[in-house]
Amino acid sequence: MELRKIFKNIFLVVVASLVLSACASSKKTTKIQGDVYTGSDTVEYLASGVPDRVFFATNETVLTTASRETLRKQAGWLRKNSKINVVLEGHADERGTREYNLAIGERRANSAKDYLMTYGISSNRISVISYGKERPVDSGSNPLSWSKNRRSVTVKAN
Amino acid sequence: MLFRFLFFLIILFPFKAFALIEVDITRGNLSPLPLAVSPLSIDSKSKEGFKKILNKKDVGSEISKIISNNLKQSGLFNPLNKDAFLQKPDIAHLKPRFEDWALIKAQALVTGKVSLIEGKLRVEFRLWDVLAGKEMMALAFTTVPNNWRRVGHIITDKVYERLTGEKGYFDTRIIYVAEEGPKVKRVKKLAIMDQDGYNNKYLTLGNELVLTPRFSPTNQMVTYLSYFRNMPRVYLLDIETGIQEVVGDFPGMTFAPRFSPDGKKIIMSFATDGNSDIYTMDLENRVVERITNHPSIDTSPSYSPDGKYITFNSDRSKYQQIYVMKNDGTNVKRISFGNGLYGTPVWSPRGDLIAFTKLHKGKFYIGVMRTDGSGERLLTENFYQEAPSWSPNGRVLIFYRETKTNSKGEGFSTKLWSIDLTGYNERLVETKTDASDPSWSSLLSN
Repeated sequence: MELRKIFKNIFLVVVASLVLSACASSKKTTKIQGDVYTGSDTVEYLASGVPDRVFFATNETVLTTASRETLRKQAGWLRKNSKINVVLEGHADERGTREYNLAIGERRANSAKDYLMTYGISSNRISVISYGKERPVDSGSNPLSWSKNRRSVTVKAN
Repeated sequence: MLFRFLFFLIILFPFKAFALIEVDITRGNLSPLPLAVSPLSIDSKSKEGFKKILNKKDVGSEISKIISNNLKQSGLFNPLNKDAFLQKPDIAHLKPRFEDWALIKAQALVTGKVSLIEGKLRVEFRLWDVLAGKEMMALAFTTVPNNWRRVGHIITDKVYERLTGEKGYFDTRIIYVAEEGPKVKRVKKLAIMDQDGYNNKYLTLGNELVLTPRFSPTNQMVTYLSYFRNMPRVYLLDIETGIQEVVGDFPGMTFAPRFSPDGKKIIMSFATDGNSDIYTMDLENRVVERITNHPSIDTSPSYSPDGKYITFNSDRSKYQQIYVMKNDGTNVKRISFGNGLYGTPVWSPRGDLIAFTKLHKGKFYIGVMRTDGSGERLLTENFYQEAPSWSPNGRVLIFYRETKTNSKGEGFSTKLWSIDLTGYNERLVETKTDASDPSWSSLLSN
C-alpha cells in the first residue's frame, strides 16, 4: 500500500518534470525573453554580422542589452562607411491606439538614434520616421508576432 | 403605457396638446416605438418625370424607405412593414383614418407627397399622432432632384427631433479610411459616405498612407495625417474643391489633428527627438502655439464644445492615461484612474462626457466617463477596437473594430461599428471595403 503510494508520487513528479521541461524548451523556441523578441527570422543585415533592427518590450522604448549590442555594430559599420546615411523606422505592435503608437514609434526610433550618436555617428546622417502600427512585418495576432513588430529598423537612405 | 398616460393628460389640459408622443431616449432600444412610414404619394406625371431624371421607379416610396431605415437604425423606433398598411398613401396624407393605423399598433404615422415642379423636387410630409388623432408637424421642401436621399434624411431628423426632443443625426456624413490589401502591406484611402453608407466616394488614390481624418464643424474641411513624400504631416483638405495643403511648417512628424469647435484652429501633436507635445495652429494667421511642454508623450487632443478645455492622452504617469487641461495648457489634471490603459479621449458635443478607448487584460473597450473622470461606463468589449467619434447630437458613437488573425496570420479585417450611448443598439456600419478611423460630420442642414 505504502509502496504503491510512493510509486504513484514518483510517477507524478516525473510527469510534472516532463511537463515543466517541455514548457522550458517551448519557451526557448518562441524566441521571446521578457516580452522582447530575440530571434532572427525577420532580421535583415546591413552588412555581414550587422543586424538591421532592434526590438522592444510592450509599451517600452528603452533599449535592451541585445539592442545596444546590435546598435554598436551598426555604429561601427557606419563609421567605416561614412558616406552612408540612414533612416531609423520606428514601429509599434497592433495592440495600441493608432495615435499613441505613432508617438511611441517615434520615440523608439529616437532611442536607437541617441545610442548611435553616443557612438560617434553624427545626427546629420540619421533621420527618423515613425510608422506606428501601420507597417507590421508579421500579420499574426499573438505575442510572438507582436514582439517582432515592436522594432526600430535601420535602413540605408542612399 | 406612457403614451396612454400622455393621452389622458391631453384631455385634461387641451392647451398642452404639443407634447403628444414622447420617446424615452435614456432607455435605448428596449421597447422601440412602433410607427408607420407610409410611402410618400406621387402623381403619375411626376412619377414619369423622376423616372427620367433619377432612373428611380417611384422616388416617393424610395424616400420613405430611407426614413424607415434611418428610424430603425436609431434603435428607438420600430417602423412597421408597409404590407400591413390599409390606407392608400395619398388619402392617408390628406386625412388618415386613425383607427386603421391604430389597428396595426402604429403610435405615430409619417405621410407625404412628392411632386416634380419646374424641374425641382417638392416634398411635403406630415407627422401624425395616431392615438390622439392629431397632426404633430407638417413641412415642405423644394430642392434639386439629385438631393432626394438628403430629403429622406432631413425628414428623419425632423421626425426624430419632434418625437425625442433631441436633434437628429441623419443628414450627416462619415469620413473614414478605406483599407485594402494584405495586413503587412495595406493600401489606405480617404473615403466619405452618407451616414447610411450611400454615396460613397474616395478622396485620395491610395498612393500614400493616410490616417485619422476629422471633420471640421463647418463640414467643408477635413484634417488628416498623410505620409505624402514619406513625411508624416497633418494636412487640410477641402472636400468640395479637393485642394490639400500641409498644416504648418514643422521639422518633424505632426499627427493626431482635430479642429477647434469654431473650426478656426487645428490642434495636433508634434513629435521631435522622441517627444510628442500638443500644439495649435490658427488657420487664418498661421500662428502656431505650443500647449503642452512635457518629456512624456502627449497626443490625441480634443476640445470641449465651448473651446475652453482640452482633453488629451499622455503617458506622464508611465502609461497612457486621459487628462484634461485649460485651452492654454494650464491646470493639467489626470481623469482616468481605472484599471488598464486609456486612450483616444474625445469630448461629447453635449459637453458632459468624454468617450475613450480602454485596454485592460488584453481586451479593448469603448467607454464614456464624465469630464472629471467619474461615472466610467464601458459600452462594448472586443479583441481590438478604438477611435470613437460622436454623432452630432452626442447620442451615438462610431468606431472601428479589427479581427484577430488565425495562426497563419490570415483573416484580418477592420470594420466600422456604431453603438448607442446607452450601450444598446450595437451595429455594423457597412462599407464597400474594410474601414477604420471614422469621423462623424455635424448636421449638413441648419
